[in-house]
Amino acid sequence: MSMIILSVAVMTGIFVALSLLLILAGRYLANYGTCTIVVNAGAAAFELPGGGTLLKALYDKKIFIPSACGGKGSCGYCKVTVSSGGGPILPTETPFMSRAELRAGTRLACQVKVKQNLEIQFSEVYLSVKEFRGRLSRVRPLTHDIKELTIELIEPAQIGFRPGQYVQIQAPSPDGVIFRAYSISSPIFQSDRIQLVVRLVPGGIASTFLHSLSEGQELFFTGPYGDFKLSEDPNVAVVCVGGGAGMAPINSIIHSLYRKWPERSCYLFFGCRSNRDVFYLDTFQALAREHPSFKVVYALSDPLAAEEQWQGDTGFIHLSADRRLEVNSKRQAFLCGPPPMIEAVTEILTSKGLRMEDIFYDKF
Amino acid sequence: MNITPVWAIFIGSIFTNNILFASFLGMCSFLVCSNKIDTALGLGSAVVFVMFCTTILNYVLYYYLLVPLKLEFLGFLIFIAVIAAFVQFVEMFVERFSPDLYYALGIFLPLITVNCAILGAALFMVIRKYNFVQSTFYGLGAGLGWALAIVLMAGLREKMGYSNVPTPLRGTGVVMMVAGVIAMAFMGFAGMLNIQ
Repeated sequence: MSMIILSVAVMTGIFVALSLLLILAGRYLANYGTCTIVVNAGAAAFELPGGGTLLKALYDKKIFIPSACGGKGSCGYCKVTVSSGGGPILPTETPFMSRAELRAGTRLACQVKVKQNLEIQFSEVYLSVKEFRGRLSRVRPLTHDIKELTIELIEPAQIGFRPGQYVQIQAPSPDGVIFRAYSISSPIFQSDRIQLVVRLVPGGIASTFLHSLSEGQELFFTGPYGDFKLSEDPNVAVVCVGGGAGMAPINSIIHSLYRKWPERSCYLFFGCRSNRDVFYLDTFQALAREHPSFKVVYALSDPLAAEEQWQGDTGFIHLSADRRLEVNSKRQAFLCGPPPMIEAVTEILTSKGLRMEDIFYDKF
Repeated sequence: MNITPVWAIFIGSIFTNNILFASFLGMCSFLVCSNKIDTALGLGSAVVFVMFCTTILNYVLYYYLLVPLKLEFLGFLIFIAVIAAFVQFVEMFVERFSPDLYYALGIFLPLITVNCAILGAALFMVIRKYNFVQSTFYGLGAGLGWALAIVLMAGLREKMGYSNVPTPLRGTGVVMMVAGVIAMAFMGFAGMLNIQ
């Protein structure tokens, strides 16, 4: 009996001693004092106790750098340029960097530790990113696997964004909270709510979570993010190409655009597999009757079944775009859909005279 | 009481009784981190340092705490806890005072916690009844031996990158075979100096 007590006491004593040693070491060794982080050559600056990661430090200061994995170094989204004080790049970061990024000093914010004063640069879009709390006010099934979710904003009550930008939705997972990017589907003049178009991905953590929510439940997101930039020149024509849930940014762009420039030329090409994947077609046809400069083309890529009725195009969507678009270099393109579609469409668009910097895309 | 002279233990633990090639301990990091000489050197030196220090720490704890209290059976648990805590401590220490070394070793240090060669050295020290000086040199020698083994393997693997290895053997397969051949070469010394 005394043996058991003695061994428990010894184990506890040693473990406590080791823990104390580590806690003391953590307090005195890992104490880096106060560090200053200067953002974008003085656009913002703040002081904070060192020791944590840069991503966490920015998050505490309400700067929300996009991150899908929550700081584990596995998504590669939280790229910032560190011009001084970041130390050498780590092997955990190199797989996410191109050569140009390596030369420019791009780092993953979740892997950079704040140990001294830092000078960093990132897109100023992130400075206007906020954290929002919202309530799911409406769920509308669009197809067999796509739902339209309307989220009313609670805190802050308004959101300002550019058409085509996205938000990061917070979703619970077995490994803690994760973030997933969803494009805002509602137009920019609707600032008290956002709409998302979410396709249920089998095994997908965030899409399963969003599809399981019912009206009235609250959720959190950060945003807006994204570099989609619609030209302010009404003479620049627009072409949008999408597939599946890639409808979201396109829907926002088209509705925002015709509110501001009713005469602006715009093509919408939307690819579906079959009739059961088609959605929003009525809304767009109504919009096209109102605005003659708006052209809608939906195409079904699967062969029609025996009883199936279809008045639009058939075949892959990039072929429809190839048939209808004339050569015009004063045009911007917004693409959103699966990678093979994006690649095929990009090829067609460059052959129609578009420059690469006028083609914006979201692959997923 | 072990009467092997200290120099024999030191040399023997590096060459004839190399902890990797004779006992095949610490294989997982040996297989994973032996692609490049730089990496192997980094991991090797981290192992030398940690093995040296933890052998001493574990010796003191074992013979001055566990043995007097007749709690030798707690050895396993204590050794592992000491190794894990020590690695954490070293990581913080190196990060604070030598950022360059930290970036060179940094990612390997946590790996060492689960390197069984470190625990193996502590256990051999007990089984072979080494005294304090013998244990110190054994810890250092075993660490150097492990580092020597992984650097040798990394050198060979760098060269093997240019050779035409049969497809089914690429990667771990051929490394295991080469490790076996090197182990036999090391055993050739065993007749000269056999430590127990």
